Amino acid sequence: MNTIWFQTPLRGKALSLLLLAIFAAAPIVADRYLLSVLILVFYFTYLGHAWNLLMGFAGQLSLGHALYLGLGAYTATALWVLFGIGPWVGVFIAIPVAAAAGLFIGWLGWRFAIEGVYFALLTIAFAEFTRIGFDHLQVTGAAGGLFLPVNGDAAGKWWNLGGGPLLYYYLSLGLAIAATILVARLRQSPLGYRWLAVREDPQAAQAVGIDVFRARMLAMLISSSMTAVGGVFYGFYYRNLFPSQVFDIGRSIELILAPIIGGLGTIFGPIVGAIILTPLGEGLTGIMQSLGLNAPGVKAIFYGLTLMVIISLQPNGVWPWLARHLRLDRPRK
Amino acid sequence: MTGLLSVTDVSKRFRGLTAVSHVSFDVQPGEMFAVIGPNGAGKTTLFNMIAGAMAPDGGSITFAGEKIDGLRSDQIAQRGIGRTFQLVRPFPSLSVEDNVVVGALMQTNELEGARNIAHEIMSQLDLLGKRAQIASSLTLPDRKRLEVARALAGRPKLLLLDEVMAGLRPTETDRIVAILRELNRAGLTILLIEHVMRAVAALASRILVLHHGAAIAEGTPENVLRDPAVVHSYLGAEAL
Repeated sequence: MNTIWFQTPLRGKALSLLLLAIFAAAPIVADRYLLSVLILVFYFTYLGHAWNLLMGFAGQLSLGHALYLGLGAYTATALWVLFGIGPWVGVFIAIPVAAAAGLFIGWLGWRFAIEGVYFALLTIAFAEFTRIGFDHLQVTGAAGGLFLPVNGDAAGKWWNLGGGPLLYYYLSLGLAIAATILVARLRQSPLGYRWLAVREDPQAAQAVGIDVFRARMLAMLISSSMTAVGGVFYGFYYRNLFPSQVFDIGRSIELILAPIIGGLGTIFGPIVGAIILTPLGEGLTGIMQSLGLNAPGVKAIFYGLTLMVIISLQPNGVWPWLARHLRLDRPRK
Repeated sequence: MTGLLSVTDVSKRFRGLTAVSHVSFDVQPGEMFAVIGPNGAGKTTLFNMIAGAMAPDGGSITFAGEKIDGLRSDQIAQRGIGRTFQLVRPFPSLSVEDNVVVGALMQTNELEGARNIAHEIMSQLDLLGKRAQIASSLTLPDRKRLEVARALAGRPKLLLLDEVMAGLRPTETDRIVAILRELNRAGLTILLIEHVMRAVAALASRILVLHHGAAIAEGTPENVLRDPAVVHSYLGAEAL
């Protein structure tokens, strides 16, 4: 972060701090609904960072990040429901579970030269058959779902990730900030440079001594671990888990939209994308309802159209364009 | 077999086609060694085997006394062999400076140190003024120099140059020739594949000629370029 922070022009620093202050103070004025929208903004910022690390930095397309999200969610919630192990401990078990899955897929793909779209298919396949597996896993409720108690003494305590919207609000804000700092630091590290080299041209990267397999595996390790933490949040925030929802390819797709719309491979892309997309989705729902357009799929059509318009206007994402116009990009040396 | 690089009886076949057949040569430390030959003679295949992009089917390659055939190209790069590609491939969306920094990260794991090395190399190769430019926006001569810069930033003991002058105008060729001479004078061993004869004649201390995958002549430029077999196969019968 340090380098990026110091190289950010003054107005960029001011704007970042202003945004942070607004988010920190929002609960004073925001109602429950607005808070829930902001929680989604932070949640998608966080997951967007995790996915962007693998795709935007290391250049590997995963369309199966729902796998790590679901494994993280199921591991932590099951530990709590079945053994009474709280999420603050459970998350440290959820991370290695999801990371092991990620590393296995990475090993399988990159050791045997399954690249590009074929790698993406591999990630989808693993998420899909994990979903089918969980559909039949009785211990976590199979297809019927896993439910966290809503009432009761233990359920409402913060150390069990229970409580009101404020808890989830600041927790998701904290996750989004932490992920932003982590990603910015990684980008400005030797590893970050190696990732970009591998993304740009693996063969040329190897010619300058970069172990391409190792670099990709490290990206996968960090990305899947981060996603697992998002899964733990998901599980305890929604308090119910269905394999057909959490492992669904729709989950994998929704978490990659923010970084794509915001700007692949950029640090602020996932943030900008999440800030645009989440209210857009919510707003469309509101408009459709007030217009009485309740036919299934109508919202998805308009949502899709809007995405197409944004991407055709700004193929590199909104952030690079925004940074240029607000003069927030790094000063030319 | 006391050279910095020793290629011994190396062969490579692609299905029925023998691309390189029983080639042996030694590159001495501090030397500028050129491999020439008509298109399809196996020059790039030979090169790719030295750099680890492909493994030989037979024979052995040693570098600084260590057997390197069969190693991955990143492992070979780590041992001190830098390379450029025939069709230049800088990291397209990175800036000139970041391209060179990535190369320098082989020397140091500190970004600050890597930037210092990159700075030095960029000034040596006349790229300092373009350091903030995106690599894909450079002209071909600039991209070729960037490839050399990126390879040099890893401070190799041996630099492999694959047709680094191809497609350049004579003035640009002379510029690269001058840069390579200077690097060589500073102690860098260079192995180059080249089509541009004026560059080869100006640079190389020894030349190996490949034809249909086999070495047909080796020696100083004066001797090799006068060898009737070389003239016939490479320079063309009309040159006689």
